[in-house]
Amino acid sequence: MLPGLGYFLLFHYGALAGNLIAFKEYVPFDGVWGSPWVGLGNFQRMFEDGAFWAAVLNTLWIAVLQLVFYFPVPLGLALLLHSLTRDSVRRFVQSVAYLPHFISWVIVVALFQQVLGDTGLLNSSLDGMGLSTVDIIGDPDAFRSLTVAQVIWKDAGWGTIIFLAALAQVDEQQYEAAAIDGAGPWRRFWHVTLPAIRPVIVLLLIMRLGDILSVGFEQMLLQRDAVGPEAAEIIDTFVYYQGIVGGDYGFAAAAGLFKGVVGALLVYAANKVAHRLGEQGVYK
Amino acid sequence: MSARTRTAGRAGSRTAVRPAWLEKPKPLTRAAKAVALVAVVLLVCVPFLVIVSTSLASTDEVVANGGWVLWPAEPSLDAYRDILDGGIVTHALGVSAGVTLVGTLLSLACTVTLAYALSRPGVFGGRPVLLLILFTFLFPPGMIPSFLLVKELGLLDSYASLVLPVLVNVFNLVVLRGFFQGIPEELYEAARLDGAGDWRVLFSVVLPLSKAALAVVGLFYAVAYWNSWFYASLYLESDHWPLQQVLRTYVVAGSGLTDATTGEGTVTAPQTVQMAVLVIATVPILLVYPFLQRYFTKGVLTGAIKS
Repeated sequence: MLPGLGYFLLFHYGALAGNLIAFKEYVPFDGVWGSPWVGLGNFQRMFEDGAFWAAVLNTLWIAVLQLVFYFPVPLGLALLLHSLTRDSVRRFVQSVAYLPHFISWVIVVALFQQVLGDTGLLNSSLDGMGLSTVDIIGDPDAFRSLTVAQVIWKDAGWGTIIFLAALAQVDEQQYEAAAIDGAGPWRRFWHVTLPAIRPVIVLLLIMRLGDILSVGFEQMLLQRDAVGPEAAEIIDTFVYYQGIVGGDYGFAAAAGLFKGVVGALLVYAANKVAHRLGEQGVYK
Repeated sequence: MSARTRTAGRAGSRTAVRPAWLEKPKPLTRAAKAVALVAVVLLVCVPFLVIVSTSLASTDEVVANGGWVLWPAEPSLDAYRDILDGGIVTHALGVSAGVTLVGTLLSLACTVTLAYALSRPGVFGGRPVLLLILFTFLFPPGMIPSFLLVKELGLLDSYASLVLPVLVNVFNLVVLRGFFQGIPEELYEAARLDGAGDWRVLFSVVLPLSKAALAVVGLFYAVAYWNSWFYASLYLESDHWPLQQVLRTYVVAGSGLTDATTGEGTVTAPQTVQMAVLVIATVPILLVYPFLQRYFTKGVLTGAIKS
């Protein structure tokens, strides 16, 4: 009991207090506590920094793309799996689909390089057929689509779990009753299946909204060198390069704090909206 | 949208019987489903097959094929021999294994004790403590303050820096707490009447009943430690790196594995060696995965419902 609690106090609340550095000019010799205050100076510098806003925009852009293109995939996959009558087939596909979730981003990026890189599987095949090769991995314009594809490959299977669980709770008799009343497959889907998974969809959407300012930090950091910061710079990588690499701790912490506060406010607001709409929401 | 039935089919057949009210599926629908399922399986499996095959191929074959091999003509373990003869990868493998083992055990111990205390009504703190912890989930401290904290605690370039800052995961804590709360109250009372103290109850009653949840949470922790590379890049000098960070440097960022790094003279093309490192980083996960995956739904579900 105590060690676990001690951990939270030290590494979360202790570190949270460290956010004070956002209002200071960090001097290594004096440490966090001894550094001089600069008030809102860091924030002022941040809001005037074009690179910061570029990172914010990029983050939002990637987040929206993921919401539109990634979010429906696990849902569709779950419906497909749920509709299978053979348990053996369903279990096998489920097991295979969960697997990529447990593979680290380093390996996922390496895999994508092997398949889509300039000497990868795809280009070797194209080359062998006498077609011109495409550089997907190093192309800044293709980068956003690439990241969405990576997220789908890695997490769509795992994302089905929660939907499948919700679908499993639907009483078989409801389908039967609906069918006897003359409802076709689509009507049954609309009136029986959808109400069963709506709370889950809302819950996930809220959580995604709270995270809208953080899209796959590891994923972006790993590939930032290949495509350049214009395409891959997001708020988290901005914080990393300004603070850890550049040593401008106060400034970077300010950017990080900005992200945290906005994210928390977004979750709170989205939860309120969900309650208004009569949904459960996250309840935190 | 059909539903499944659990009735047994004809003797010996594994096909479930379609309930009477359900329409017969159209051939087109069935074909579309089959294609989708096969596509899902292939999308996951083919990349793995390629890296395994390439790592087993000979240099000449890789060069002749332009960098990758789908099915090696003469499989050889040269690449693996190169890696595992005491060079940087061997060392990194040891670091990864050690951090994963120690980290998982420490994390499990702390998470179990904390979850147990939070699951029993009237144990100190109770709700305020729980809210305090849930808040950290909503509002993480941020990269820079965490980094400075580790720095000021003097943990830079220590393996502790890979474990302590991520010791307890809120999601895992909630999953375990939910599981403990699901244990019937009568069992607790019976144990109390028999004079068992808190520790005794935890070890003799609660833990034996929570094997499934412990397996899932243990797997989550182990995978997280095994896959972790960012903290290593933040806090550790390169001679202490775990496998994933080595992989990132030599495979993703494309710095070549030179003779010095693989230990002795290399005769294999870097490509086969790189793929071998990839395989070695992936295999442990493939090994534990089948044993634990049947608990997923159970474990994730309790957590999802409770939170």
